[in-house]
Amino acid sequence: MIKARGLTKRFGDVVAVNDLSFDVEPGRVTGFLGPNGSGKTTTMSMIMGLDRPTSGSVTIFDQHYRDLRWPLREVGGLLEARAIHPGRSARSHLWSLAQYNDIAKSRVDEVLEIVGLSAVSRKRVGKFSLGMGQRLGIAAALLGDPAVVLLDEPVNGLDPEGIRWMRTLCKSLAGEGRTVFISSHMMAEMALTADQLVVIGQGRLIAEMPVADFVARSSTQSFRVRVASSESFPDAVQKAGGTALVEVDGTMTISGMDAQAIGDLALSLGVAVYELTALASLEDAFMELTGGSVEFGAAR
Amino acid sequence: MTAVSNAPVSFERELPSGRAGLRQALSAEWTKFWSVRSTPWSLFALIVATIGLGALSTNALHGQPFAFPDPTRRILVGFNLGQFAIGVLGVMFISAEYGTGQIRSTLSAMPRRPVVVAAKAIVMGGVSLVVGEILSFVTFFMGSAILAGTQSHVSIGDSGVMRVLVESGIYLALMGLIGLGLATILRNTAGSIATFAGLVLILTLLLSAMPASIINAVSRYLPANIGATVFAVSTPGRLQGTPVFSSQVGLVILALYALVLLCGGCILMIRRDT
Ligand SMILES: Nc1ncnc2c1ncn2[C@@H]1O[C@H](COP(=O)(O)OP(=O)(O)OP(=O)(O)O)[C@@H](O)[C@H]1O
Ligand SMILES: [Mg+2]
Repeated sequence: MIKARGLTKRFGDVVAVNDLSFDVEPGRVTGFLGPNGSGKTTTMSMIMGLDRPTSGSVTIFDQHYRDLRWPLREVGGLLEARAIHPGRSARSHLWSLAQYNDIAKSRVDEVLEIVGLSAVSRKRVGKFSLGMGQRLGIAAALLGDPAVVLLDEPVNGLDPEGIRWMRTLCKSLAGEGRTVFISSHMMAEMALTADQLVVIGQGRLIAEMPVADFVARSSTQSFRVRVASSESFPDAVQKAGGTALVEVDGTMTISGMDAQAIGDLALSLGVAVYELTALASLEDAFMELTGGSVEFGAAR
Repeated sequence: MTAVSNAPVSFERELPSGRAGLRQALSAEWTKFWSVRSTPWSLFALIVATIGLGALSTNALHGQPFAFPDPTRRILVGFNLGQFAIGVLGVMFISAEYGTGQIRSTLSAMPRRPVVVAAKAIVMGGVSLVVGEILSFVTFFMGSAILAGTQSHVSIGDSGVMRVLVESGIYLALMGLIGLGLATILRNTAGSIATFAGLVLILTLLLSAMPASIINAVSRYLPANIGATVFAVSTPGRLQGTPVFSSQVGLVILALYALVLLCGGCILMIRRDT
């Protein structure tokens, strides 16, 4: 259980995190969403006691990170940038962390096995690929078999198999009753992995709700629609209060209407419907919510 | 049939009693110290500097028709160079962690900064003390063997020699700790090494351009001059005309420098973001 209350971090003039309050409950995966520069990494760093809040506080089971008795056995964190000396082997790196918390040497081999790095455990970390480095970071997070797992952009650099593995891992960790908090840019991935969302923009809380509600809340739920003859359809959609974009291949992207209304409209026009697909709309919901608070967005 | 509970499973685990502390930190830092290449390289450089330079300069005395005053100092001349190798080792022990981001892993495993710094200081100080003592004795025995039978012959039983050998190792260890302390404050490898070199070399040069009254007041506090009193078999209160402390007082001053730097580094680590 993580509790942030009025968490604020200023770097000079930049307010990276602004009066942020949220809860991360055990037993489910909580996704942490926000555009680039919105303060996700800074928030994670404050949870782990690496950055000091300018004001406010964040606790883990009511304790500050610096007061944890066996930090790695209580919280496992994957930080965004690689936090590993490149000259050491993966095994030495994990072993030194294990020693810091009286964790058995056998656990080092276990986590290397879990993340699939056993074969390269004696190689210098500097020679690792992006994905291997990420896996080593995940191994470090799992080392103490912690009740709280914090992962900043865990799928960064992972291949599709790795992404799926990560998803399964997060769900099973949460299924064991652990607190799992992961940040990501990949909305679609979040929809598959997370149960709950904390969404921030420019350091402020935008939404804190179940993933399902987040998607439903989006007014721009849209559908890909293909009908027998599409000439008059867009006008009819317009009249019915929706908007239709006709693509070059003749399919339409319709928003502002639900699936039933689109089906009824087609029936009333006597047009056969060949396809009616809801588009992944977490991205839309996300864009809509954070639209006003994108810091480094492309000019529009 | 039993009802399926929807209540979330709660994750319960026993933690060991007590808390992670200095004992754990020492074993972890010991592992970290020996698992990077900069450690054997720096120690190799130290050995080359002390034994190698000692052999060369002692050999040059061989066959000279006069008795060289204080041959021990000549034998240990490489320690003046070796202190830079040990300084670099001390600097790198923590600056490399900042340079690579490793410090974030370290502080997530042990968030109490003073424990991390204390463990590093004990490992660094301990290793450099042992290595320094071994090197001072090995270098001396090698040098005195080279000089055996010459007019500059010297033996470990000669007055002051034992003191020089023991204190040379201590001097080296303290210089290593000063390097560590500087880097704890500055975090950056190049800046810390430059500052270390400045402290040993440039301060001495700068001071030599000052009026005699300032030289007389300040020079006894410089690490280089403290080193000079340590390496000399006897310095009756003066070194090349300027007043100096006894080597023991000098080493205490050096230890205070190291302590102040390390404590300052701790305080900064507690206050700063990582
Ligand atoms: N050490 C620092 N000094 C100054 N500004 C900083 C520092 N760290 C972060 N910032 C600023 O704080 C803001 C939040 O950055 P942060 O890295 O937390 O965002 P993020 O949500 O993790 O972004 P991304 O999705 O790109 O990883 C940014 O404007 C960033 O420039
Ligand atoms: Mg980030």
